[in-house]
This record gives sequence, structure tokens and C-alpha cells, in this order.
Amino acid sequence: MARNKEALVLLLDVGPSMHGVLQEVENICSTLVHKKLVYNRSDEIGVVLFGTKETSNELAKELGGYKHVVVARDIKVVDEETTNALQNLPRGTSPGDFLDAIVVGLDMLIRKFGNIKGKQRMCLVTDAQHPLRDPPQGTKKDQVDTIADQMKRHEIKMDCIIFRESGVRHNAVMDENDQLLYHFRERSVTKVVQVDSPTSLLGALRTRNVLPVTVFRGDLEVSSSFKIKVWVYKKTSEEKFPTLKKYSDKAPASDKFASHEVKVDYEYKSVLEPDTVVPPDQRIKGYLYGPQVVPISSAEWEAVKFKPEKGVKLLGFTDRSSISRHYFMKDVFSFVPEPGNTKAVAAVSALARAMSEMNKVAILRCVWRQGQGNVALGVLTPNISSAKNVLDSFYFNILPFAEDIREFQFRSFSSLPSSSQPTKEQQEAADNLVKMLDLAPHGREEILKPDFTPNPMLERFYRYLDLKSKQPDANVPPLDKCLKKITEPDPDVIDYQAPLIKKLGNVFELKENPKKKKARTQDRLTYTGADDQAKLLEEPSAEKVGVSEALYPPKKKAGEIGDHNPVQDFEAMLTQRSSSTWVQTAIEEMQKYITALIQDSCDRDNHQKALECLVALRKACIIEQEPNEYNGFVTKLCQKFRPAGDAKFLQLLSSKNASLISKEEAPDSDVTEEMARNFCLKPEPSSQ
Amino acid sequence: MDLDPEGLFRDDSDEDDDNVQEREANKEMVVYLIDASPKMFTPATKADEKEETHFHTIVNCITHALKTQIIGRSYDEVAICFFNTKEKKNLQELAGVYVYNVTEREPLDRPDARLIKEFSCIEDSFMSNIGSRYGITSGSRENTLYNALWVAQALLRKGSVKTVSKRIVIFTNEDDPFGGLTGAVKTDMIRTTIQRARDAQDLGLSIELLPLSRPDEEFNMSLFYADLIGLEGDEIVDYLPSSGEKLEDMTNQLKKRMMKKRKVKTLAFAITNDVCIEVNTYALIRPTTPGAITWLDSISNLPLKAERSFICNDTGALLQDPQKRFQVYNDKVVKFSTRELSDVKRVSSHHLRLLGFKPLDYLKDYHNLRPSTFIYPSDEQIFGSTRVFVALHSSMRRLGRFALAFYGNPTRPQLVALIAQEEVTSAGGQIEPPGMHMIYLPYSDDVRYPEEVHLTSDDAPRATDEQIKKASNLLRRIDLKNFSVCQFSNPALQRHYGILEALALGEDEMPDVKDETLPDEEGLARPGVVKAVEEFKASVYGENYDQEEAEAAAAKAGASKKRKALTDAAAEKSAAHNWAELADTGKLKDMTVVDLKSYLSAHGLPVSGKKEALVSRILTHLGK
Repeated sequence: MARNKEALVLLLDVGPSMHGVLQEVENICSTLVHKKLVYNRSDEIGVVLFGTKETSNELAKELGGYKHVVVARDIKVVDEETTNALQNLPRGTSPGDFLDAIVVGLDMLIRKFGNIKGKQRMCLVTDAQHPLRDPPQGTKKDQVDTIADQMKRHEIKMDCIIFRESGVRHNAVMDENDQLLYHFRERSVTKVVQVDSPTSLLGALRTRNVLPVTVFRGDLEVSSSFKIKVWVYKKTSEEKFPTLKKYSDKAPASDKFASHEVKVDYEYKSVLEPDTVVPPDQRIKGYLYGPQVVPISSAEWEAVKFKPEKGVKLLGFTDRSSISRHYFMKDVFSFVPEPGNTKAVAAVSALARAMSEMNKVAILRCVWRQGQGNVALGVLTPNISSAKNVLDSFYFNILPFAEDIREFQFRSFSSLPSSSQPTKEQQEAADNLVKMLDLAPHGREEILKPDFTPNPMLERFYRYLDLKSKQPDANVPPLDKCLKKITEPDPDVIDYQAPLIKKLGNVFELKENPKKKKARTQDRLTYTGADDQAKLLEEPSAEKVGVSEALYPPKKKAGEIGDHNPVQDFEAMLTQRSSSTWVQTAIEEMQKYITALIQDSCDRDNHQKALECLVALRKACIIEQEPNEYNGFVTKLCQKFRPAGDAKFLQLLSSKNASLISKEEAPDSDVTEEMARNFCLKPEPSSQ
Repeated sequence: MDLDPEGLFRDDSDEDDDNVQEREANKEMVVYLIDASPKMFTPATKADEKEETHFHTIVNCITHALKTQIIGRSYDEVAICFFNTKEKKNLQELAGVYVYNVTEREPLDRPDARLIKEFSCIEDSFMSNIGSRYGITSGSRENTLYNALWVAQALLRKGSVKTVSKRIVIFTNEDDPFGGLTGAVKTDMIRTTIQRARDAQDLGLSIELLPLSRPDEEFNMSLFYADLIGLEGDEIVDYLPSSGEKLEDMTNQLKKRMMKKRKVKTLAFAITNDVCIEVNTYALIRPTTPGAITWLDSISNLPLKAERSFICNDTGALLQDPQKRFQVYNDKVVKFSTRELSDVKRVSSHHLRLLGFKPLDYLKDYHNLRPSTFIYPSDEQIFGSTRVFVALHSSMRRLGRFALAFYGNPTRPQLVALIAQEEVTSAGGQIEPPGMHMIYLPYSDDVRYPEEVHLTSDDAPRATDEQIKKASNLLRRIDLKNFSVCQFSNPALQRHYGILEALALGEDEMPDVKDETLPDEEGLARPGVVKAVEEFKASVYGENYDQEEAEAAAAKAGASKKRKALTDAAAEKSAAHNWAELADTGKLKDMTVVDLKSYLSAHGLPVSGKKEALVSRILTHLGK
């Protein structure tokens, strides 16, 4: 097998107790396959389900037993079918036996690859809640030993994810199962992680395999006479959004082999002669120094530039407290002792433990490669291993140089005016919030632990990529429930702590600065509508609602005119004109509202209000070039209400200059100026 | 100016997008107004062995600021202007005001190498060229402070206030400039001067004062300057430097204050559904890199213009900037519009959303990806934000928690830890400002497990208590006292700018930059340290380690002997052929790879590659 090619067998528990999270299991496995389809096209994948109603595997056929284990897909190169095999996993009916599944998976790998060694891995997802079948001979532990030996012989690794919801009580069966799985780990073939929420389940499986590469191999020089052999790896490294290529649509549709790629070409042209291209050997680099450009050739630069010697040197030790956490600059490195070098192992372990006991850290100066143009200064902190068979090691974080720090002065909180100091009651509310919104509750796994939190953006991208490969015009799917829990507080917790949160809202008073309001809210609105742009349309006019509402679109749709401030509501609706139908809706809503107003009661107040609305409507209809909407409406109003003795209202109309819209005001109108003037007067005689 | 082709593809990566924004959004123009009255030249500290004057302090500070600026923010423009001088030099021909400049530079312009060089040694020639005198005296109608403000305002006339922030910074140790006057003349002068300042402020210029005070007489803001810059009540306290016992502390304070705070962004921080406050973010720590490269024509040294063109790989047609992107997935081309991509990336509807709190020790050392960002509350748009923030800050500090929040940055939405930072002050001023540090946390896919790559099948060996004791002893011995994070300057950067400065000024001598990051060899050679090291070494490596190492090295030498033998054999073998002749007759390609390799290894050439590569390497070596 190729160096970085991997064969993976997914062993998925679909027994009844797993039904609640099968959707997440499907999702995480699909993401794994999607990433393989992008990055590792030739990797192979097999899928084994256990806890199923049926039984279908080679071992059952040949030897009997191994019930309720189904090979859903043989080990084959990843393709679209793999994703299909992982969609709609069957809901199994019998409790799953993970040891059986491991044996079946192991058997598949050995059958397929025999003695060919390569990267072979199994990945088990189970809740390990149910008693295992007793082996024909020996104990279960013996069985694990046998399996582990086989795995070791064939260099097969296993990742094991135990999912247990936080509410589940531990019992003897689980303890036994856990012990068996941890026994695999002690035999150093398996990594076991335990998670208790669907969100962490999504993050528990490594969906992309990165070959570990050392940054540095050599001596950690404590002094010129004492050196420790170490290997340095990256501990964290950001998984980037894939760099998509630019697409060219120039190739004819008939060309099946078109790459559609776009080549980017750079040409350097002289300022004096814009038509001539300067060839690379006539170019020279210029460095900026203030307004000056200092030309210097690469050879010259090479001769004078800073050239540190390769090596990792200790500067000394210092108290941990003298280095604040926020000075860490970059992704993190890991220093491990040279593999197989027991002396280095002892030295690293002794130093790490001494540092940890004394609460000290080491300051190092690192030049990873010969010819590197700069040095890295950083802090080495101990990483005492909690697993028996993992060595002690160090973490290394880069620290800033003097030039990297900008010292700005900020006003100290104690000198703030009393209007900015919290009162006792407010402080108490804040204390309670900090205490109650606890993400590391006692007796539970830490919530949203970075190590088990998937990247919602990438998760969504790969899902969308898969969707788009099938339906090219698909829309971006919304974040699913589990991923939403990463970007927003858990709604269950919020509900549970509702009184507390409400309290906080009540004791603090937040007001928007009226002077800055407008630009500001606009700015914010562009940020909302995370999932769909449609939300933006529903957003009420930000100008009249409070800050919080501007940020959290309330349930109420903006397509309504409220009793409180109808004219403003109406104007707000008009300003949200994202489509022409919106104006139409606004006008219709207003017409309905006015009709209702006049109909509902006869008192003067309402008349006044209705009139104001009508004036607003009139103005809007002129601006929107919809005079006939208004004219038709007013005419209808007159016909409707005249008999009911609302003539006074009509008189008001003319007094407020709310008569028909004439041609002069809006060219689209069919009404002449004279008609408009006579409108209110004309009908009166007939009513007498 | 960055024409690095790779850099142009950075649209997806968020690599310091805030840095770029910073540069474009807040260009700054500043006029330093320096009081040059004789009072500034009297020694600042009583009976000090070094007779340092306030004037000296200021020259130092400004030089330092200019140097920092030319590295970090060279687009900002600067003018230096003295008042209370004998000579006058300004466009308005106003007395007592001297606008300092060097050749080939506008009075208000970007700082260049010559300005820094000449300004740093201005004290040598100041008295003879510019001269110092008391500007405002009874009997004369001259008002040098008024003149200075007028000149500064005139200098700052260029550029729109909308895009450029403009500042006037006044340095003085005279808290009562009109103290020598009496009666109507005095009130009149104060009135006109303050009016001048108001006018400038109305034009959008900000006026700042960096007062210097002596140990025996504190600078009294309320005498005059509070009115000039428009301060009220509390703010005066904020402006006063803690009257420096030591001049050095004051210098530090001045250096800090000269830098204008630049916010990166204003964020809405949603604490609950109804409580949403306003915070500003600041980039207090960002790697400083050796500026951009410009390509020049090597003959004329004129800058070159880079033109980018997009060419269709299939047809060779020239394209306009293509809008669609694609990803090959499952052997299919999947197309995306930029709109769709930005929709995918927008996973959160808020800037910053609080999720909950965790104890501080849950934040591990490896939970880091990028430099942190500082956040400080602002009441500018939402009144009451500061109060909520202060309450939260103090709760978090008292309960030892950090806040976990989701930062919905559209380029990389991320989980962040917010750590409440308590204010730390010393005589030299604020060391750590109060606020919160936002630390960017990794996701599960960003964390790797290198320590688990080399698992042992048995229990991993651990250090014995004895070894740990020896290690502790070592730790105590090599202790860096008073270590502070930012005490080292970056040797690569110092050298880079040292070279550039030398070249820009046309100096032949390349500067020698001291690498402060090297270990203290002298300290490590102290007997106590050496003993501790040796003891620890013996306890973990065994007594005879050096000897064993030497033997191992000898064995390795043995290995190299073996290699030498191989080379010799190859040389012998290759000597069997007449290579030059084979090359001339074109028969090299008929040789076996083994034979070809024998030639290569005999001549110490690499033996990798395909047969053609081997042949061509031999031909090159033979000079054909």
C-alpha cells in the first residue's frame, strides 16, 4: 500500500440503545468519507454494523455464531456508494456485541490484505452498555488479549468511541465493558475516548488523517555539556477551509477531460515603458524603509542577513505565573523524547515532573532548520501523561518579541465613573450567571471541550459539497441541531436557567446611543441572517426596536402593522423593499388597517389616527408611483362609510389635504386636479 | 505593494486580516509640538549624577516612536515642531515656532531614515541652530503657544478627517504658560489660545498633552491645560502621569502614551438573549514581520508594475477575474459561487456569543492557534456596556473562571476563551491593562496527538523520585530572575532594519546587531550550575554517558568507514569504463543503472532519480 494510503473499517453499533444518536453517527462517518473523497481518493473503507436484526458476515457463514453483525460494505476504495451505505443506517433490534464486531472487522482486514502491511485501522462507535457473549473458552479478557495480539501482528490500529449520555447510570456491565476496551489500549493498539453528548460525538472521530511529521529532530541543549535528544511535532495546526480553484467555463461542453482550471500569470512591467515585460533576471527586490525603497539583490541579502545556527537551546527556567496565557502566539508544538532512547525518556520525564511540581516553565530559543532566517523564542511547559503507556512530554508555545507587543493604555476599571460601576445587585446577578452557566459541571464530561468539538463551518462545507455533487443548484443547508450547540448556548440550559437570565436582563439597563443608532444597526444587520437571507426580510425595522431585538430577530413578522405606532410600522415596511411585492403588501396592510380603524369605532381618536395613516399612505403612494391604489381605496372608503354617517371623516380628509392624488402629483394618476379638489365636496349633496 | 503572488490568494485564509484592515482604515497624521523653552533644558532631577533634561527625554521618546513607526506603520505621517524657539521657521512666518525637517521631505510626511538619524542627535546642534527662549513674557504681545497650535493646524490641513486620524501632541513641563502675565493681557491670551484649540478640535483634530513633571512640583492640569484640551473632572486624573520619581519611569510612560490606541473592530457581545453589550477589540500582540517586498528594475531601480492575468488552462483564452470556484470531489467538478461560499462560512448570527464558563485550569497549554486579541468595553453605541462588562469581569476573576464564547468571524468562525485580565501597574505605569483576552481555541480536527505516535507496549518508563529531585535542583540553579515576556527584541528583525537603515543612508558599514536570545554562557558556566547539570546528567544518563557517547560516535565513524569502502569499490568499478568516450558516443543510455550509479557514487554525486536523470547528471559532471 502507498505510504499514506489507509484501509479503514467502521464498526458501528446500531442497537436499540444507540438509536438516539444514529443520525450523528451517520453525519460524522459521512464527513469522514467526504474528506477522503477530496483528500485521500484511494483510501479504502468497509462498514460493519452490529446490533442489527439480521446477520450477514463471512465468519457467521463459515463458523456460525457472530450473530447480529452485518457487513454493510466490503473494504473498497471510497466512492459515492460508501456515502450511501452510511445514510439511513438500519435501526437494529438486538443489543450490540462489540467484541464480535471487532473480530469480524479484523477478519475482513486480514482476509483482504493478508500479510501486506500498511495503514490499517478500525473505528468502533458503541455505547458498550450491554453484556457481551461469553467466549467458548477462557475469559473475555483472554479473548481481548488474543484479538490484540492479532492486531499487533498485522499492525492494525483501532479508535474506539464510547458514547454514553450524561444521564445514564453506570452499572457492572458497563464497567466490565469499559475495562475490556481500556485493556485494548493497554495493549497499545487502541485509542479510547468517551463522550457524553451528540456534539462531542461529532468531534470524537478524526475525520482526516494527517501523517505526523517532525519539525525538528536533535538535541535540546540544556548546557553545552548536557543535551537531551528530542523530536518536535506540531500539537495543534489549523485545518483550513479547502482552497478552491478558480473555475473556467471556456472549455467546450463536449470536452470531457477539461480541467476547468485557471492559470494565473504575472507579468512585471516597467513604469516607464508599460508595454515591455521585464524578465525575471532583470528584477531586483526592494525592501521598504519608510517611504524609501532599498534595492538589494538576493545574493547581497544572503551575505548580510541574520543566519542563526540550527539548534534548540535552553535559556533558563522561570515561574509559570510570569508568563500570562495570552502571550502564546501561534499553534503549539510538542516535544517528545527520541523514540527508543530510554535515557532521553528519563531526562524528559524528570524535567517535566520537576517543572510541574515546582510550577516552573522553561524558556527556549529554537532554530528548527539550518538556514532559517529567524529564531523562535518560546515557553516549554510539562505534559505529564495520564495514560500508562504514553510517555511524558512537553508542550512548546511561541512567545512574542519586544517588537510584537503594542502597549496601549486603558483606563483602569477602578477609576471609571460610578455610572459604569456595577451595583451590588448587579454584581450578584453577574456572579450567579458565571456560577450557573457552568460548562464543566460536576460528574459530567466537560461541555464543548475543544478536543471534541468539530468545526461547524467545515462540517457544513463538506456536507454541502456532497449535496452539490448530486444537485448542482442546491442551497446551503442550515446548521444542524448538534452544530448549533457550538455557535449558540444550549437551548435546554437557557430554558433551565431562564429566571436567572431574566434577572440579569432586568438589573442591567442597556440603551442605544440615539446619535449613533442608525449606522450602527445597519452594520449589525449585515451580520445577521446566518442561515438564510430570508431572515433579513423578516427582521423588523431596527430603528424602533431595542438593541437586543435588533440582534435577535423576534418571532413577530414585520409584515404587520401594529396598533401602537402604525405610521412608523408602515414606513418601516416600505423601507424594507427587497422586492416590489413588498411595497404592495405594505399598501394592502395599511388599507386593511385603516378600514378596520374606521369600522371599529366612531370616536374621534380613531378618526384622527386613521387620518394620519391615510396621509402616510397617500404620501407613500405618490413616492411609489401607485396613485391608483390610493385613489381606488379612498373612493371605496367613501362609498362604504358615507351612509354610516362618517361624513365628518371625509371632511377631515379634504382639510388635511388627503384627497385623491391628481395627475400633477403622480403622472400615472387618472384623476385631474379638479376632480381631486371636488372629490370630497361632490358626494355630499347626494347624502343629504 | 506586496507583489508576492502567493499572497494574492489569501482571500480564503484569515491570516491577519485585522492587520490589513488596521493599515487601511486608520492612517494617522501627527504633529509633535515640543516646548523648547529654557525650562525644558534645566536638569529634570535634583542632584542627579546624570544631568538629564526633559528635552532629552522627549527627543528619546520621539526617536523611539519614529523607529517603531517606520517598521510597523510607515504610512503614517509625522511633523516635528518646536515652540518657544529663538529662530522661526514656518510657512506663516510666526515667531517662536520652528518646524523641524530634513532634506527631501515635506514638513508633514512619512518618517524616513535621515529624519530619524538627524533628529536623534538634534541636541548637539539645537542651541546653535534653533535656540531656546521664553516665548510668552510680560511686555511682548507674542503668544508662542497660540502660534504653535496655528502652525500645527496648518500642517494638518491635508487629507480628509474621515479617512485619516489627525493628532497634535504637545510635550511640555510648563503647567502655567501664561503665569508670567497679569491682567487683561493674560485673560485675553488665554481666551484666544483656547479658542484656537477649540477651532482645531472642531476641524476634527485631536489635541493631546504629554505633561512632564518634576519630583518637587507636580504638573497642575487645572491651571490651564485642562481647558485647552477640554477635560472635565475624572478625566484629568486619567491624563496625569504618576509624577515620576524616576525619569526612566516617565520615559516609559511617555513611550506608551505616544502610541495611539487603535481598535481593530467593534463587536456586539451577546451575553444572554436580552443582554448584548458593545466591546472594542485591540491587537496588542501581533508578530511584526519584515515589511513587504517591491520588485524593481535592476537597471533603473524603478518600481515595476505587476499585472495579473487569468488564463484558461484548457483553451488558453484570457479571462476576466473568474467568479466561480470549484473543488474536485469524487472525480466530479463541483462549482461554487462566492456568495455560496460566504454563506457556508457564516455559521453564526452574532459577533460574539457567550456560551458559558469553565474553571481556568480547563484551558490547556495546547489550546492555542493564533495571537490573542484584547477586548475592552465601550459605551459609544450602547450605554451601559461598560457596567455589564465590569461586573462580569470581576465575577470571572473572583470565581476563577474563563468564558467560552463563539466568535462568528466570517473568515474563520471559532470558539474563543475569554480570560479576565486584572490591571497590573508599576511605577512605570500600566503593565497589563484591565479587560479580557480572547484566545482562539482549536477544534477537534486541529489537535494532533504526537505523543501517542510512539506508544510503548509496556508501561512507559517514568523518572524516579531521585531523578526528579536532581531536576528540581537544576531548575532552581538555572532560574531566570525577573523574566518578562517582551524583554528580547527579535534579532532577525533588528538586523533586517539595521541593514536597511544603513543602505538607506548610504553607509558602508553593516551594523552589528546583538542577538539577545542566545543563552547566557557565562551564567551557565558558573560552578554551581555546572555541578547541578552534571548531577542531573549522571542521574538520568548514568555515570559513563560521555564515554558511551564517544564510543557510539566511534561506531558511527565506523559506519562512515564502511561508506568510504563502498565509495572506493564504486570508484574501482567505475574506473572500468571510459566514461568520456561512452558519453561522446551516446552509449551512456545503454549502460545499466548499477553501472551508472557506480560512477555517480565514485564522484560523490546523488544517485537518486530515473535513468535519464542519472545519465544527464553524469553528462553535466563530465561537462558535456
